[in-house]
Amino acid sequence: MAEPMGFYTDTTVCIGCKACEVACKEWNQLPSTNGGVNTLSGDSYDNTRQLDGIHWRHVKFIEQFTETRQDGRWLLMSDVCKHCVHAACLEVCPTGAITRTEFDTVVIQSDACNGCRDCIAACPFGVIDINPASGTAQKCTLCYDRLQSGMEPACSKACPTDSIQFGTIRELRGRAQKRVDQLHQAGEKRAYLYGADEKILGGLNSFYLLVDKPEVYGLPPDPKMPTRNLASGTLFSILGAVLVGFIGMVSFRNRGARAHEERQS
Amino acid sequence: MNGVPSSTYFTVSPEWGWLITLYFFFGGLAGGAYFLAALIDFFGQPEDRPLARLGYYISFPCLIISGFLLIIDLYRPLRFWHMLIESNTFQPMFKYWSPMSVGSWALLIFGIFSFLSFLGALAESDRLRWSAAGRLRPPGAMATVIAIVGGLCGLYVAGYTGVLLAVTNRPIWSDTPLLGMLFVVSAASTSAALMILLAQRAARAVPGLAALHRMELCVLGLELIVLIAVVISLGPVLRAWLNLWGLLLGTIIVLGMLFPIVLNWRKNWLGNLNTTATAALVLIGGFLLRIVIVFSSEGV
Repeated sequence: MAEPMGFYTDTTVCIGCKACEVACKEWNQLPSTNGGVNTLSGDSYDNTRQLDGIHWRHVKFIEQFTETRQDGRWLLMSDVCKHCVHAACLEVCPTGAITRTEFDTVVIQSDACNGCRDCIAACPFGVIDINPASGTAQKCTLCYDRLQSGMEPACSKACPTDSIQFGTIRELRGRAQKRVDQLHQAGEKRAYLYGADEKILGGLNSFYLLVDKPEVYGLPPDPKMPTRNLASGTLFSILGAVLVGFIGMVSFRNRGARAHEERQS
Repeated sequence: MNGVPSSTYFTVSPEWGWLITLYFFFGGLAGGAYFLAALIDFFGQPEDRPLARLGYYISFPCLIISGFLLIIDLYRPLRFWHMLIESNTFQPMFKYWSPMSVGSWALLIFGIFSFLSFLGALAESDRLRWSAAGRLRPPGAMATVIAIVGGLCGLYVAGYTGVLLAVTNRPIWSDTPLLGMLFVVSAASTSAALMILLAQRAARAVPGLAALHRMELCVLGLELIVLIAVVISLGPVLRAWLNLWGLLLGTIIVLGMLFPIVLNWRKNWLGNLNTTATAALVLIGGFLLRIVIVFSSEGV
């Protein structure tokens, strides 16, 4: 297996140009929204609004302004599949369509997916959705086809500020930590890395430098694996089945005894 | 957590809507009715056999409906077999840790047992002129094995759907481990209710109906306890039900659970209609319960 590869996204240098979104759409030949009809969100400059089956990159615009709008700031973050080391989608996929590649990334094979949508319910980040053109669940592949040819993913290649950086996870983690230290020295004490260590789902192969709480960016503070409920859910179900069986047995056994008594009398 | 009660609130909906809700209901009936029929076969009296047959008559058609609902809910229905066979390698596809994977196999295997018992029931009542099929009804050794394995598969089919919901990251569904238990118990109550309703339409009196009615009410009491446990186990996520869904859930508890139990005490309230009304309320309540669980999470 090749060394794990991924993205390090430094949100502090993102300028919200959406070049990553465009590059992703172009390379992966993703259709436009609503057949290309201009659709505006109406309450934000962010008109992409979400990651889904036809948006595998999404630059989030977090607009933090006071009510008078005299003071405020923009938080910009190019969101994408996290290619989790412990991937919830891969874990539940019943068709085997979701696989881990030699680059430690997570890819949905569109020809194997049947659109059951279990992965959509399982993803703790809300990344996956159905692509209406294929009728299958789709998300970022970390440009698996480009990686196989020794190329960089389209989004990081297009990023003009190096907010999105591509490389080996080991190298990216070192680079990201240096940037956090630099920001701390410059007075930005809120800077920290999200998903750069094993604490979050064994590590996120697409991790972030953030300057506010994860939930401000729409990221769960403590994402979990769906199978956390498997053992307890199964045991409680068995308990339910045993209780129902017991009630049924007693109900019909008693009836047997009653019928026997009636016959004797 | 910035006003959000659980990490599950950062996920998106898989849009499992009406088809899946209907599947949860019919799958519960298919599994529950088979289990009750097997139970009656083993613990009932010889004169209860028509009631057991009724369970098998309900189970198989409900299972066919279930399979149909599941397939048409897929975005690529013709690829339904990918659940069982890996499409790239043509090797069997099985993940014991994925409820949807195990459930797909369980439905297939249960389908075989449900079909055999359906044939046996038809042969026993002379609706099918095939003497060999008569051996599919207990007490013969083969029929006993069929009823035991089929009954266990039926319970699995009735309950795994709740575990499937729990093994996600969606609000409500994965915020409690008790949905599987709730679905098993609810499958038993709704199946008993449907069997009672259909048995009452029979021309002749069906023995064992009183026992089934007794069982229905006991299971309903258990269901109420499990539902209360579900509500408590949700903790802060319970606020997802502080709306019209909560109101509907309250209505289900009052009219679909408490009222049928009270009707059993006050037998003269509705006279001859008492048992029928109880069964109908339990059946409708069971369906509405699944609507609340599926759609209230979709709305978060």
